[in-house]
Amino acid sequence: MPLLEIHGLRKYFGSVVAADDIELAVESGEALGIIGPNGAGKTTLFNLIAGRLFPDAGTIRLDGRDITSARPHERCIAGIARSYQIPQPFETLTVFENLLVAAVHGRHKTEAGAAQLCGQVLERLGLLRRANALAGSLTLLERKRLELARALATSPRLLLLDEIAGGLTESECTELVGTIKELHASGVTIVWIEHIVHALTAAVGRLIVLNFGRKIAEGKPAAVMGSPDVRQIYIGIEA
Amino acid sequence: MILWTNALIEGVLLGGLYALFAAGLSLIFGIMRLVNLAHGDLIILAAFVVLSVAAWLHIDPFAATLAALPIMFLAGFALQYCLLNRALGRGLLPPLLVTFGLSIIIENGLLELYSADSRRLHGGSIETSSIALGHAVSVGVVPLLTLASAIVVILVLNFIFYRTALGRAFRATADDLEISQLMGIDHPRIFSVATGLAFVVVTIAALYLGMRANFDPTIGPERLLYAFEAVIVGGLGSFWGTLAGGIIIGVAQTVGAQINPEWQILAGHVAFLTILVFRPRGLFPRAVD
Repeated sequence: MPLLEIHGLRKYFGSVVAADDIELAVESGEALGIIGPNGAGKTTLFNLIAGRLFPDAGTIRLDGRDITSARPHERCIAGIARSYQIPQPFETLTVFENLLVAAVHGRHKTEAGAAQLCGQVLERLGLLRRANALAGSLTLLERKRLELARALATSPRLLLLDEIAGGLTESECTELVGTIKELHASGVTIVWIEHIVHALTAAVGRLIVLNFGRKIAEGKPAAVMGSPDVRQIYIGIEA
Repeated sequence: MILWTNALIEGVLLGGLYALFAAGLSLIFGIMRLVNLAHGDLIILAAFVVLSVAAWLHIDPFAATLAALPIMFLAGFALQYCLLNRALGRGLLPPLLVTFGLSIIIENGLLELYSADSRRLHGGSIETSSIALGHAVSVGVVPLLTLASAIVVILVLNFIFYRTALGRAFRATADDLEISQLMGIDHPRIFSVATGLAFVVVTIAALYLGMRANFDPTIGPERLLYAFEAVIVGGLGSFWGTLAGGIIIGVAQTVGAQINPEWQILAGHVAFLTILVFRPRGLFPRAVD
């Protein structure tokens, strides 16, 4: 049984179709990449999976359980975590507190258990020395790391990454891809939206392409990127 | 000179009462950006609850307050869960209208149940006892207890906010409601706990209000005004600022009354406006909390 199973998912904003009959299955332990031009419905898809938006039709299942109408915090507790394209830390809380909130409320951990987990996550993402800084004072790279760290503090089974490599320098990007590969190797299932295609293809085993809310291609990254349809969409976009 | 010293001390102690009025308001506003226009009436409601509990159980107001605290916590939780949560997230106006309506309902409900007669919480001998500070200057035990209670309430609230998981959830939802949900926070429940806590503070405020002076169902809105002034003078989001704000309003009132008894209320409002002109964000805005 797939970890995430999406069936016939539709979402309209007025006459704009943001998700058009999307079918998607993500196996446990998989790393899936999603690409597509701006406005293709990538972020909408994440919003639907994480519960920020509710679909007009279709179902979403996590591990066989129907979560289509579950509220966002219930989905977090069920094991879904997401990072935003523009990091959105709790700026008035410290870095450590940002993670504690996620671990205590998202995973129902005790304070002591949560503190230990959060320490490990911060160390893994190289944020330990910033643990007591206010999240509002971090640099962009640190914010991106915090965004990822906070998602991990909920001990997710499914991690949704939204353009986490955007705005980083080449070396920062390489570092981040390394971290994400490590996470994947440790068993976290990943779905990753990214414009920086070479970062994405370095980490994922399967790629889907969205355009106008529709899935237009799916397969191994190299094969998908070689297909004429996709090349046409991506002319002038690919870095 | 002694008269002025007395006025000053009295004002500081009165500030404790205003800080208690304001702390509950500040708590609710700080977490969910809800301006509770029924706050003053809730204080009066709590005073009547304490009065009734004291009468039924034949106990003094302090014991009655202790007994009323859990009831009021649950009442606050239920009010938020069943009513106020539905008014949130749809702009500024719905919560204002709902709490304004609540204010009218509470006031008229109390008039119906308890009539318009003035009441008072009778604490026995403690009401008249005082402690002498040097000759000719003495302070009442009840006002002293009021200020001490305000300080304890603020210490406890600060502890909850900055040292507990619940407090982190409060701060996280206040910081970014949407993201807090993605972190597993059930915000309707968190908001309800916050309002329950605010009701506990309101009940403590009601005890000292009722022991200090007469009250009747119609005096709520004026308490709301003092509470607002204390919160705004202190700076939104800082409980110690709220205490400072309460004390400033209190001192302005007693010193004003010392100059001319008719100036008491006026002096408080003038102090409020003056501070607003020079420090529009209040004396201690959240950044330094």
